[in-house]
Amino acid sequence: MGRQIYEAIADGILGGGVYALMAVGLTLIFGVLDIINIAQGILVVLGAYLSYVLSVHLHIDLFVGLLVTVPAMFVIGVAIQWLFIRPLRGRDRTSMSLLAAYAVALIIEGALYRIFGPNYVVLNAPYITSSVHLFGFYLPDIYLYGFALAVACVAALYLMLYRTRFGRSVRATMQDQTAARLIGIDVNRVAAVTFGIGVAVTAVGGMMFGATSGGFNPNSGYDLISRLLAIIILGGLGSIGGALAAAVFMTTAEALVDIWSPDWAVVVFYAALVLVLTIRPAGLFGRAPVRAQ
Amino acid sequence: MTGSGLAWRGGGALAVLAVLAAFPLAVTNATVTTIGVDTLVFAAAAVAWNIFSGYSGYISLGHAVFFGAGAYTVGIAARAWQLAGGTVFVLLPLAGGVAAGLAVPLGLIALRVRRHTFVVITIAFFFIAQLTATNLSVTGGSSGILAPSPNWDAATFNDPFYYAALALLVATTAASWLIRGSRFGLQLRAIRDDEDRAAGLGVRPMPVKLAAFVVSAVVTGMAGGLWFYFIGQAIPQFAFDPLFDLSVVVMAFFGGLGTISGPLLGALVIEPAQQYLTLQYTNEYLSEILLGVLLAAVILGLPRGVIPTAADRIAAIRARRASRTADAGAAGRQPVAGARAQGAGR
Repeated sequence: MGRQIYEAIADGILGGGVYALMAVGLTLIFGVLDIINIAQGILVVLGAYLSYVLSVHLHIDLFVGLLVTVPAMFVIGVAIQWLFIRPLRGRDRTSMSLLAAYAVALIIEGALYRIFGPNYVVLNAPYITSSVHLFGFYLPDIYLYGFALAVACVAALYLMLYRTRFGRSVRATMQDQTAARLIGIDVNRVAAVTFGIGVAVTAVGGMMFGATSGGFNPNSGYDLISRLLAIIILGGLGSIGGALAAAVFMTTAEALVDIWSPDWAVVVFYAALVLVLTIRPAGLFGRAPVRAQ
Repeated sequence: MTGSGLAWRGGGALAVLAVLAAFPLAVTNATVTTIGVDTLVFAAAAVAWNIFSGYSGYISLGHAVFFGAGAYTVGIAARAWQLAGGTVFVLLPLAGGVAAGLAVPLGLIALRVRRHTFVVITIAFFFIAQLTATNLSVTGGSSGILAPSPNWDAATFNDPFYYAALALLVATTAASWLIRGSRFGLQLRAIRDDEDRAAGLGVRPMPVKLAAFVVSAVVTGMAGGLWFYFIGQAIPQFAFDPLFDLSVVVMAFFGGLGTISGPLLGALVIEPAQQYLTLQYTNEYLSEILLGVLLAAVILGLPRGVIPTAADRIAAIRARRASRTADAGAAGRQPVAGARAQGAGR
């Protein structure tokens, strides 16, 4: 029993790294554009299919393939923002942008169904099935590599946000868009690039999801987005540190419940969310919402 | 509102009702009347969704919870009490009651937060409901639950469902109309415009929002129960269907969010179109893409919906005529603002 618990915690933390990366993209988009990109789930699946195509048809290694899929997803993200999010104006922009993102998700899902069909596919590589013996546990190699990659990506995002000029303009836009515009920041450009970055991380998340989930199909997006939404709300919308903490907390809690009831493990995600929000409506690390004028 | 405006609207509503009531008498093709039943069920659900989300501005993407709860209520109750045939319709108020019983605690939790967070919580409720239906034994797990088979004549098989759905739709639309003009409806719309200011002016937001949420849930639950008996089966991924949420939202936005006739118009246009396309191309993925394209087109091209946009156009034309007959151009400007303010609300 004790051993199972340690293993569950290890699984939760390693798996949480990948969810953290995907959630950071989502919360970054929220912070800058004030929208929830509900298409993030299906974009992760799209990233997984891109990795699948590269590895099955072109025999490119999954990690090497990221050199292609990350820029591709960046371009897709900028295009989505340009076509569907940027034109929205007016009072109902909040709900409108959410629905526009939902429309994008439906279109991508339908397209993936038409191209790949409903059958589950898996990503294959030697390091997915092999594992290392570490501290008395057998840990799959892919989890270790994926966790390292996720940590590196999150660190790179942090450095970008806190050490570069562009990062400073992103943070300024997150704090106050009008003020950012007044001091000469090109808010539209910041929004487009941020959306692109937020979507580009789904290439990494998608590859890891495809390699560790034991099979995915176009319908997998719903499960992903619901978990990601739970994570970013629990962490507090717009809080990057909150997203990291919530991701690890949620995946660990799920892995622990999974020990005695795999059926109910997923429900823990949402139950934890509901429980936290009844006590703290702004989430664990969120700021209380400022009244919009 | 002028007297003639009211007469026009009342006459229009009666004409639409007469056409809908006569529809199964004129058309006996079962494929077409099946689409008719579907359309009316969705129309009732869309009008009900609009009573809460359209008037209060809180966009719910979790109404499928109530739809599915209604479906499972009818299924479980009919099985437990051995009901069949026409008596199953008696269970519909029970379906509404169960949905209301769910809506109170869910509303008390979700309505504490606003905007994005509210939307996301409703989505979370949706997934909890779907997973619960899959995991419990009383709901039949992933294989779901079967409805009792109706015992009436196959030639007019769809008719009882059709008229039950029509009755539900008429009652819901009447409720939507009564609520919109009432003190309760004004409080809801004040909350939509500025919740803090409404609270400052003496509206108690929580009870008002919760009441609208519950009313909306009751109708959605009854629609779900009816739909279940009509389809004959409920399984978790169709009783709790994310596309249901999307469909009612698209219908309401297409016709005009927060209007009385908007969601109705949206449902009467979109549901038959979608069903027809699905039958025509027999490829479910295409209909999904089309729903997405339609949603994007409505959001980007017609963000306020057909009814408010059309009302503005008509008001502008009337105002132009009025200003042409009036001598002074400046005096003729006045009605435009007034007409628009009125038109925007319809």
